[in-house]
Amino acid sequence: MEKVIKELILILIAASVTHNFVLTYFLGICPFIGVSNKVESAIGLGMATTFVMTLAAAVTWLIYHYVLVPFNLGVLQYVAFIIVIASFVQFVEMFIRKVSPPLYKALGIFLPLITTNCAILGLTLFMVLRDYSFPQAIVFGLGAGLGFTLALVLMAGIREELAFADIPEPLRGTGITLILAGLLALAFMGFGGIISG
Amino acid sequence: MMIRDFLKGLWRENPIFVQVLGMCPTLAVTTKALFGLSMGMATTFVLVSSGIVVSAIRRFVPEQVRIPMFTVVIATFVTAADYFLKANFYQISKALGPYVPLIVVNCIILGRAEAFASKHGVFRSFLDALGMGVGFICALVILGAIREMLGSGTIFGYRIMWAGFTNWVVMVLPAGAFITLGFLVGIFNIIDKKVKEKKQGSGGPAK
Repeated sequence: MEKVIKELILILIAASVTHNFVLTYFLGICPFIGVSNKVESAIGLGMATTFVMTLAAAVTWLIYHYVLVPFNLGVLQYVAFIIVIASFVQFVEMFIRKVSPPLYKALGIFLPLITTNCAILGLTLFMVLRDYSFPQAIVFGLGAGLGFTLALVLMAGIREELAFADIPEPLRGTGITLILAGLLALAFMGFGGIISG
Repeated sequence: MMIRDFLKGLWRENPIFVQVLGMCPTLAVTTKALFGLSMGMATTFVLVSSGIVVSAIRRFVPEQVRIPMFTVVIATFVTAADYFLKANFYQISKALGPYVPLIVVNCIILGRAEAFASKHGVFRSFLDALGMGVGFICALVILGAIREMLGSGTIFGYRIMWAGFTNWVVMVLPAGAFITLGFLVGIFNIIDKKVKEKKQGSGGPAK
């Protein structure tokens, strides 16, 4: 039992910090660059994405192991996964629109775009590749979501400060954001040694 | 008119440098120029074929379900591309890993399906998709070549740096990808501004 829990914690830390989805696997870069202007909307989007990720990991695991594998439908893997993710996003969108209209407005186009957030499909693919068990898959989804939120909020914080900085004109906007992301990625490499193996 | 549909993807609406779409594969697989090229070609295949299909079925798809429909079309072609790579170019397929199936969620493809193919005829959609694809390949190969040159001293596997050259390990790491692309976007902006100034003619202040 103790070993199982230890393993789960390791997966959580690996997915959120040492192998951060955004900064080491380049997953979820579009919202990372698009929505990271304000800390507030970054937190909102991060939460929504974490929610979708955790549930999507659970549901795709069940579908993969109880439908696709027994019926030998591996060919349909990508189609099935993307449909599950798209329906979830629709659900979350309706939920946020009801509960918090201002947040809904702030997230704008990026809410439906969670569907095409590579981080979520990437998560489900990694889950299958690494052959995680059901609890491991859920923790992996949660960790990846938290890591995404962390990167997004850090970036938003830096960019809020950036408004007062004197940036060379051609680098304004996308250019400087990418360079900053590179520096953040360097910083996150410092966590690399926490987990061995 | 027709030729413009093709050309705009190369420069004015270049998916990487101007629209900043499809970042994940761009950054992840460009440690070597060859991987960038293969990724670009796989993406272009999916882009062109899904563009044609989406444009052909655009009159039969109800407004509300169009996004899921497009996604399923795209996912189908990606599966085909993935199996093709696995069967014929196993080494490359292995190196690209999960980034081939991730073409499904490449924003460029859904973006073009939604913004262009669902509103225009088959032939124009084909040209549009091809232009975007070629623009994407160019960007990927440039990025891959720079990272490979500085990170391993080679381009497409041929050694081009001098013998005592120390590899910049950071270039093949994620951080190098972000920083290189950031500077490339900056350089692109500078050239773009120069071109625009020239176009506006010698007389009159530039806007």
